[in-house]
Amino acid sequence: MKKYTYTEKKDTRSGFGAGLSELGKSNPNVVALCADLTGSLKMDAFQKEHPDRFFQIGIAEANMMGIAAGLTIGGKIPFTGTFANFSTGRVYDQIRQSIAYSGKNVKICASHAGLTLGEDGATHQILEDIGLMKMLPHMVVINPCDYNQTKAATIAIAAYEGPVYLRFGRPTIPNFTPADQKFEIGKAVMLNEGTDVTILATGHLTWKAIEAGEALAAKGISAEIINIHTIKPLDTDAILKSILKTKCVVTAEEHQMNGGLGDSVAQFLSRNNPTPQEFVAVNDSFGESGTPDELMKKYGLDSVDIVKAVEKVITRKK
Amino acid sequence: MANIDALKKLSAQVRRDIVRMVHAVSSGHPGGSLGCVEYFVALYKVVLKHDPKVFTMDGKNDDLFFLSNGHISPVFYSVLARCGYFPIAELKTFRKLNSRLQGHPTTHEGLPGVRIASGSLGQGMSVAIGAALAKKLNKDNAIIYSLHGDGELQEGQIWEAAMYAAANKVDNLISTVDYNGRQIDGDVEKVLSLGNLKAKFEAFGWTVLENNYGNDIEKVIASFNEAKNLIGKGKPIMILMRTEMGMGVDYMMGTHKWHGSAPNDEQLAKALLQLEETEKDY
Repeated sequence: MKKYTYTEKKDTRSGFGAGLSELGKSNPNVVALCADLTGSLKMDAFQKEHPDRFFQIGIAEANMMGIAAGLTIGGKIPFTGTFANFSTGRVYDQIRQSIAYSGKNVKICASHAGLTLGEDGATHQILEDIGLMKMLPHMVVINPCDYNQTKAATIAIAAYEGPVYLRFGRPTIPNFTPADQKFEIGKAVMLNEGTDVTILATGHLTWKAIEAGEALAAKGISAEIINIHTIKPLDTDAILKSILKTKCVVTAEEHQMNGGLGDSVAQFLSRNNPTPQEFVAVNDSFGESGTPDELMKKYGLDSVDIVKAVEKVITRKK
Repeated sequence: MANIDALKKLSAQVRRDIVRMVHAVSSGHPGGSLGCVEYFVALYKVVLKHDPKVFTMDGKNDDLFFLSNGHISPVFYSVLARCGYFPIAELKTFRKLNSRLQGHPTTHEGLPGVRIASGSLGQGMSVAIGAALAKKLNKDNAIIYSLHGDGELQEGQIWEAAMYAAANKVDNLISTVDYNGRQIDGDVEKVLSLGNLKAKFEAFGWTVLENNYGNDIEKVIASFNEAKNLIGKGKPIMILMRTEMGMGVDYMMGTHKWHGSAPNDEQLAKALLQLEETEKDY
């Protein structure tokens, strides 16, 4: 198992804020909109540096999505910021008609996704957003795994023409990917080559997969760990190549099993190379109040859950 | 000054287009379309600074129009075609398979003249505000126009947008409400009353103009001119424009029944007798 280290824990939302600030300096067409969560989204730097290109919308997310769509007419590249729940479910029809169907170059940036939002509870812990967004035709869906990757993804999506959903979170987590790693939309990142099982992990579950890989190595199981930061378009080449070698797969994500990464992987494999698969994901349930760590344990999204899923899927290999 | 007689003749032809288009596919929305003919003819023939031959999505230095109540696509398509945005003959593809003239307007098929999809109501004012903000950022002095149904004002997003536009002095925007008093289920007053609409928009911080003669082309032009004189004065501008749903076809007027139904062969013939073919039918 390749050794991964980190010097500090950082929140992915701060990676977004840093990336947005950098974009503000390098690309005059980048504009930002926020629905009364500027501090939570770490958009304060951009707001301070480019007040003329920052739009405080107030608590009116539907209006924010429409204004963002309109700003693209005139060549702007709008980045909207609010919690994942209010970035997707609350404004699904606005995104569907005014952004996705209209083919507008809007970057929907969503923080506080999933259970790790913590104490606010299930009203705010959306676990369905990846599914909602990936169902929209041509919507790109990205869920980076740490601060550096989120920053790089933020910068990369400005150069891509078309609607993008960028999902990140609130808690501080190990910042382990190289600061200079290039972010390529739709290109999976190989974290550890292995032979017995493929673990496909996205977002906060990526570090958990590394922890699981170390525990599995101690048990003599060689895990291939791949970070799928882009759920759509899915890097099916990388996935197929790995599965032809390991013959089984575990997907890991902070999302409902329905509609998430695992669901996309299963759909691809069932058509191309049916493979035993186990899902580390929330199983048809809402979250609740608690600390992020407590919630990840209770809802089965911890590294030990990945280890268990691996041990199970290996027994299902033909 | 525009030739009013020519505009009236074009309006009659646009009305013919509308009833023929919806009749051909036995679907679509003739009522609101007929009521907004003078608005569209005045806007596209007299008011807008635009070049139909050179359509770009960004419309740099052009005035831009956004149709929020997308179901009145027949009048929108007819006027776009008769201004030269696309061939008039294409009107016969309305609502048919593989057409650029979808039931509700969309950018998806690349129809010149359309800059946003609409149909799901309440979204167009927000989009218009975004385009207006982009104009300001680009130091582009052109004007943004948007049209909304009165029933559409029941959507909450309209009021989010109205609040934003006034609070942020979006004063390069002229919105209009097609105030015909009818929606699918009946009179707006009975379905969900809008109350005092003028007072509402004024309370939100808009300059509100009233035009009780939205089917009088000269009065529509006059409203637009009045509105244009208010551009750049710190407030968004709203025209509350009274129209008659179904205007020009006697049996479609005075009722909400033709909001979303098409005439049959016999009804079409009756309608066409009332509408002079001033330009050639498509």
